[in-house]
Amino acid sequence: MSLTATSTIAIRSPRARKAGPRLIRNPWWVRLLFMTVALTFVAGFLVLPLVAVFTEALRKGLGAYFHAFADPDALSAIKLTLLTASIAVPSNLVFGVAAAWCIAKFDFRGKSLLTTLIDLPFAVSPVISGLIYVLIFGLQGWLGPYLAAGEHPWFGEWLNGRDIQVIFAVPGIVLATIFVTFPFVARELIPLMQSQGSDEEYAAITLGASGWQTFWRVTLPNIRWGLFYGVILCNARAMGEFGAVSVVSGHIRGETNTMPLHVEILYNEYNFVAAFAVSSLLALLALLTLLLKTLVEWRARSGQAA
Amino acid sequence: MSVALPWPRFRRRVLPGFGLSLGFTLAYLGLIVLLPLSAAFVKTAGLSWADFSAEVTAPRVLASFRVSFGISFIAALVNALFGGILAWVLVRYSFPGRRLVDALVDLPFALPTAVAGIALTAIYSRNGWVGQWLEPLWTGGVHRLAVVVPWVGWEEWLGGKIAFDRPGIFLALTFVGLPFVVRTLQPVLAELEPELEEAAATLGANRWQTMTRVILPELMPAILTGFALAFARALGEYGSVVFIAGNMPLHSEITPLLIITKLEQYDYRGATAIAVVMLVASFVLLLLINLLQKWSRRYYRA
Repeated sequence: MSLTATSTIAIRSPRARKAGPRLIRNPWWVRLLFMTVALTFVAGFLVLPLVAVFTEALRKGLGAYFHAFADPDALSAIKLTLLTASIAVPSNLVFGVAAAWCIAKFDFRGKSLLTTLIDLPFAVSPVISGLIYVLIFGLQGWLGPYLAAGEHPWFGEWLNGRDIQVIFAVPGIVLATIFVTFPFVARELIPLMQSQGSDEEYAAITLGASGWQTFWRVTLPNIRWGLFYGVILCNARAMGEFGAVSVVSGHIRGETNTMPLHVEILYNEYNFVAAFAVSSLLALLALLTLLLKTLVEWRARSGQAA
Repeated sequence: MSVALPWPRFRRRVLPGFGLSLGFTLAYLGLIVLLPLSAAFVKTAGLSWADFSAEVTAPRVLASFRVSFGISFIAALVNALFGGILAWVLVRYSFPGRRLVDALVDLPFALPTAVAGIALTAIYSRNGWVGQWLEPLWTGGVHRLAVVVPWVGWEEWLGGKIAFDRPGIFLALTFVGLPFVVRTLQPVLAELEPELEEAAATLGANRWQTMTRVILPELMPAILTGFALAFARALGEYGSVVFIAGNMPLHSEITPLLIITKLEQYDYRGATAIAVVMLVASFVLLLLINLLQKWSRRYYRA
């Protein structure tokens, strides 16, 4: 249904494992060839880049490595990244649950169109995701003149006279991040809730539970692993987004630089050790994400087998 | 699956929250996604057709389209081949570290693109681990090709170096598209009926015939879907490419970078016109992918 291949956790059946070794009938040299090709591919594109990040970061020793984080600009980049993710992820979490609830539990016209539209941000280039917010909130944008002139016809008295800056400021960064991470939770939950059906919810309602009680005590426990899975993927992307944020940020050091943008600045200043040191934090985050993701998948599979 | 209740309207009334959840979903979708996206189209609709086509057919823009579409296509093709082999190895063979490799396949989804960009540059540039011996090989190979077949501009097409030239773009785009083919192919391979291969073998097919005439056609819908996903992703990619591409206008400048360049020169009109072309291309791809997935679902159920 969309432009990402992150498989939903319920897909793989237990048969997958049983089928494995029994079918090997290829001659040994074919096996050797396939293994060599596949592992070279993995080494060249996945293992080496990962190793390179840490090696380059530690090239001049631990002192230089930690020195990179003493820089106040690096600290403010880390803070901004955490702040952005802490707004973007919960927003998309609430949206994902609401979208999955109406799509999985009810029938209505235009449902498949809605499902496709939710996936739309994955099809849009990150650069364009930033651009469209510039078109709306930038100085030449639709709302730009209202925001800059200090006249805020809709927001009432207390905002009058203040400039609200969205583009080249934190709100723009948050909005662009919300856009690029928009589908993650929803697309994880929709198929999961559809496959679970609504029987347990019907039972709860019939037994007299209210809507919210049903949601908190029946639905949420059923979807919690899928939800967690969506959230960690959403968070990884939110903290690592580069293109969209780069367009709306304005690159003001210490103010509107997220960690990936800070990496770019350091790298372009030939401060390679610091660039790779900040990168190593992001790489650790990626590894943690992969680890959690794998654990959730194993859990889901063993839960299925039981 | 839910109990089939006789009247859809009744079902709607049993569970609460339809209005609230649908209303919130539509409002959030409209404000965050649809309204901003429509801004690009509205802005471009203000241009006359002549202005629009002048913007998007300028030599530098056309060159960026050629670079972006061409190299994304090649990268997706390479991913279809090598990703296919990797998926095969992961599903069919058991070897120590298989689960680790399996988990690593998703790295391009999890690793921020800027980090991937500088890491790939560090490895494949002239004094990088791999670049130091791969680059002379590449440069020499392209040079020899230019001697043997002189009437094609090989060095212009293939690039004289690896990092900071077209091959670098190819490496970055292959990296970002890597998981797609593997992940679409894995479940299909795992579900492949062993009887198919046994039947083929019983009927006298050798292993090569079984692979090319029985297994490969069976996998084709999944491979095509993975290919299209990888292509679509590569088309929009920015972060990993800019560090390794060299970014020479007319030669190694990708379209997303050109959009940013125009924005930085406050040429909003030009940037938006190019963006609309890219958006239309991605929507067509999205439609194609949806059709492919519908087809393959029917194909694999049958």
